[in-house]
Amino acid sequence: MQKPALDEAKRQLAVCNACRYCEGFCAAFKAMTRYRAFDTETVVHMSNLCHNCQACYHSCQFTDPHEFDLNLPRVLATVRVESWESHVPFPGASRLFQSSPLVALIAVLVVAALFWLIAEIPWASSATFYDLISHESLVLIFSPLFLLPLLILFIGLARYWRTVNGESITWKQLRESLRSAATLKNLDGGAGQGCNYEKEDRYSQARRWAHQATMYGFLLCFAATSVATVMHYGLGLVAPYPFLSLPKLLGVSGGLLLTLGTSKLIYLKTKANVQLEAPGRRGSDYGFITLLWFVSTTGLLLYWLGGTELSSSMLILHLAGIVCLFMSIPFSKMVHGFFRMAALIREAQLRGA
Amino acid sequence: MKVELPEITPDTSLISVGEGEFDYDVIVVGGGNAALCAAIRAAEAGVSAAIFERAPREYRGGNSRHTRNFRCKHGAPKGVLTDSYSEDEFYDDLLKVTKGNTDEELARLTIRESETCYEWMLEQGCYFQESLSGTLSLSRTNAFFLGGGKALVNAYYNRLESLGVAIFYQATVIDVVIRNREFDGVLVDLDGTQHYKRGRCVVLASGGFEADKDWLASAWGDAARNFLIRGTPFNTGEVLKGVLAGGADQVGDPTQCHAVAIDGRAPEYDGGIVTRVDCVPFSIVVNQKGHRFYDEGEDVWPKRYAIWGRLVAKQPNQVAYAIIDSKSKDLFMPTVFSATVTESLDDMAQQLGLPEDEFLATVQDYNAACQDGVFFPTELDGLRTKDLSPRKTNWARPIDTPPFYGYELRPGVTFTYLGFRVGHDAKVSFGGVPSKNVWAAGEIMAGSILGEGYLAGFGMTIGTVFGRIAGEGAGGYAKASA
Repeated sequence: MQKPALDEAKRQLAVCNACRYCEGFCAAFKAMTRYRAFDTETVVHMSNLCHNCQACYHSCQFTDPHEFDLNLPRVLATVRVESWESHVPFPGASRLFQSSPLVALIAVLVVAALFWLIAEIPWASSATFYDLISHESLVLIFSPLFLLPLLILFIGLARYWRTVNGESITWKQLRESLRSAATLKNLDGGAGQGCNYEKEDRYSQARRWAHQATMYGFLLCFAATSVATVMHYGLGLVAPYPFLSLPKLLGVSGGLLLTLGTSKLIYLKTKANVQLEAPGRRGSDYGFITLLWFVSTTGLLLYWLGGTELSSSMLILHLAGIVCLFMSIPFSKMVHGFFRMAALIREAQLRGA
Repeated sequence: MKVELPEITPDTSLISVGEGEFDYDVIVVGGGNAALCAAIRAAEAGVSAAIFERAPREYRGGNSRHTRNFRCKHGAPKGVLTDSYSEDEFYDDLLKVTKGNTDEELARLTIRESETCYEWMLEQGCYFQESLSGTLSLSRTNAFFLGGGKALVNAYYNRLESLGVAIFYQATVIDVVIRNREFDGVLVDLDGTQHYKRGRCVVLASGGFEADKDWLASAWGDAARNFLIRGTPFNTGEVLKGVLAGGADQVGDPTQCHAVAIDGRAPEYDGGIVTRVDCVPFSIVVNQKGHRFYDEGEDVWPKRYAIWGRLVAKQPNQVAYAIIDSKSKDLFMPTVFSATVTESLDDMAQQLGLPEDEFLATVQDYNAACQDGVFFPTELDGLRTKDLSPRKTNWARPIDTPPFYGYELRPGVTFTYLGFRVGHDAKVSFGGVPSKNVWAAGEIMAGSILGEGYLAGFGMTIGTVFGRIAGEGAGGYAKASA
């Protein structure tokens, strides 16, 4: 991890800790009150606990042009993204993904072109879904693409857990953390008023709603895939499934949520103050959210197009999006969710839950 | 923060009393808590209002941006406030700090009205939070603003925007034109250009004069040059001075300011809350000669921090040093600047620039005077020195366990007492006769109620109560005369 951001975070936290007016906003400020000085593991922990609600910035008497020059959302975001890259293996891959939103786009196009070749462009209308791309080739491609990124992510999380001196996890800690994540408690502003994001110093719930639509949408889509896998292997039921089936109901509702949520997140981001984020990350954040949007939207279109001629090209684009999304999990903004969960669990431990 | 406040020569040719249309029904001078409450109330009456804030947008809110709570009477648990806090208990607390230097009628009015402020503030978009860690003693009497005073100020400005009030930043009111007790308009500098803005009435809420060191020096002499100003550099008191010169009745000691002992390395202006140093009760405090000068353990810190500004101001070069040893290092709120840490007392004397022999003798005498007993950091423990002058009457433990920690202290000025004498309707009087259309609220009139000392959160209570009264009065007047 680079020293300047860490040192700057320590300097700013010392000012915050002598003030503490923001104590009621979020878990990060409550964590702060346990310390008199901030060592590296504490700062890394707090940086991942910070949800970037930005309330502390707008409430701060000591922001620029004051000589204390506080901007905690920005410095914690900087430490946070650095902590991901320094813990997850292959930091070069992270840097590549973070370098430009175009990386995700190019990756999708390259993968799509590959699929095109594999599928040998079977234009003829097909009897089953898997005539477009054989089921075996799908499994062959997807299994390693799915498992390898998860392994890399797991190694990163394990390293992180050592950095923050994590202990073995109890059900109670897990339950508390899941509840916090499920409601995005740390974006509620402490009094339920929401966070500061797209409306400067006015509070709003928009980002919280958009994020949860995205998160639940993603989880529903993931559930749809899982259910379909069980139906395929366990029950011998082969896709395509009718609308009133579990995979379709989960997938369509999840896809709609994901498309709406990501669209709103992108819109909100255009209104938000770039100075309160990690420097140089907005482009790749757009890239990541757009990739999520692309996967859900092509998925919905695929369903809508049904067996028409366009569906095979849509399927290829959709699958290419999924492959890129999964491949980039350990290196994209996607890691924030996993590190955030780790931080919430660690915080529950430190609070003595 | 340091700001360059340009000298502005008033262009009096712009002033045209009684001529032309009114620019606004209500003009509010100032941009802190009292001004904002007044403007909200006036605008709610359905009249046009303008607020002239001298600071730029990012520094708006005067000293209110540094506050964190307001003191609130309540009969039963209310929101974040626990238990109850009666009018009589509140008034007793006020009597203790002011030593009776208050106006009972106005004080009781303020206390009674404070109760309704709580809900009103919620309606304006303010949020409260539980008493901050380390301030449990205030959870019954004071409601803390979520995010502190700047968050409160933000909420009020947003409310004003919704109400359509005209908000001017970097707007310096150079002259408040009052003829025969009647307000006509203000001469105001907006971004370097002077304008005369007429109004049906005015609310003066532009704070005290604590940022004007020349003014402070008139009472304190050159010592005032070494004072730090805890709050906004924009409170230089021109409006107060001008209107008093125009014959307004005054109240409060014209020379006095409220000062606390703060970290000597704090910025000259606007250091705010983080510059506090709370270690004094567990320390010995010496001046530049290496001598102690007051009982550090007289009472718990929340009841004593306010006298230490004055005590330090009377020492050579207005500096003192609080020294603790490692036994006490975690007993108080963290400080924003790190302490001078040494392994020996000789080293401490050297690093702080104290005369070594004198300082070591002071510590030696003190240590020898400490008695055995049980130490309780959070309450008066009666652990006192024997045969020592000045004595230390609580928490007196020897300074003998390295490492040692040293903090430089200087006086930090918070507010001034001089202001307008107002009635229960917040109207300013001239020669004992209330004006027709001049109201005042906040620090600029707080001397009417708080003649001496300070009670935590009471400044914001006065500002909110009298801001609302003034705004309602001005709004009603403007509506009736429109």
